[in-house]
Amino acid sequence: MNILTQPWPWYVSGPLIGLMVPILLLLGNKTFGISSSLRHICAACIPGKTEFFNYNWRVESWNLIFAFGIIVGGFVAGYIFENPLAVQISEETVSDLYAMGINNQNGLIPQEIFNFESLFSLRGFILIVVGGFFVGFGTRYAGGCTSGHSIMGLSNLQFPSLVATICFFIGGLVMTWFILPSIMTL
Amino acid sequence: MSKIKFLILGFIFGVILIKAEVISWFRIQEMFRFQSFHMYGIIGSAVVIGMISIWLIKKYKVKTIAGEEIKIASKEFNKGNVIGGLIFGLGWAMTGACPGPLYALVGSGLLIVLVALLSAVIGTWVYGILKNKLPH
Repeated sequence: MNILTQPWPWYVSGPLIGLMVPILLLLGNKTFGISSSLRHICAACIPGKTEFFNYNWRVESWNLIFAFGIIVGGFVAGYIFENPLAVQISEETVSDLYAMGINNQNGLIPQEIFNFESLFSLRGFILIVVGGFFVGFGTRYAGGCTSGHSIMGLSNLQFPSLVATICFFIGGLVMTWFILPSIMTL
Repeated sequence: MSKIKFLILGFIFGVILIKAEVISWFRIQEMFRFQSFHMYGIIGSAVVIGMISIWLIKKYKVKTIAGEEIKIASKEFNKGNVIGGLIFGLGWAMTGACPGPLYALVGSGLLIVLVALLSAVIGTWVYGILKNKLPH
């Protein structure tokens, strides 16, 4: 059982993620990218009169099917074959997170912050709801996410993707080093 | 039925995301604190494999399984790459997840992430409404 539940090293999982790029191209000229699925959900459910959402999303339905596949994969690998051990992050990260008040470091995400009750606290609301909003708004404004820009775009030597990737990191660094410590005290 | 291959591929991708732990808020914190090579190794090796693959596809003019010519649209630079990129970066460090991981986390039974995913859909929707008023 251990072999099914244990995490994979970076040099196994990284190249496998990279292989998504050619496989999608070979299967049907599809470019790797996940955040577009959020747009297709809008187009399918709440298009209104917005030009940006009035297109034939069914042509791109493969992207939604792919996203649904991720959910099923997450269920099999993360629920059925759940890794019972905590994520083996570095000692420094463990102590930094303790210092910010994150005592329970089991599971994939800090359960003290990410639970339904904390949605009603300012800290939980900001990290879950505002954070999620930023992910959706930012990726679409940037024209892609980590998969579409950082992996697909960089693989295809696209300059805009390099700029976007650098900005993803600047945003993440600013949040981690300068803003998150304050949010954690709320 | 022709789309079932994308379901299978998405499934495989979901399994990889979980097993790579890139969907973990803890791993994302570790990355932004420069305290481990793990995430850099994953993104770096994925890009190297992607680059080599695209180079080979272009060099040998590889066709799709249906025999079509492979075309990859170029991306055009606009200010959104910067502004949107920064906003997504903030959200990435807050939720510890980008869109792919949001789906995988929901699948793994963490239903609270469904709220973040829904919020991401709303974020996309608001972008669509404001698009013409935003600098690009």
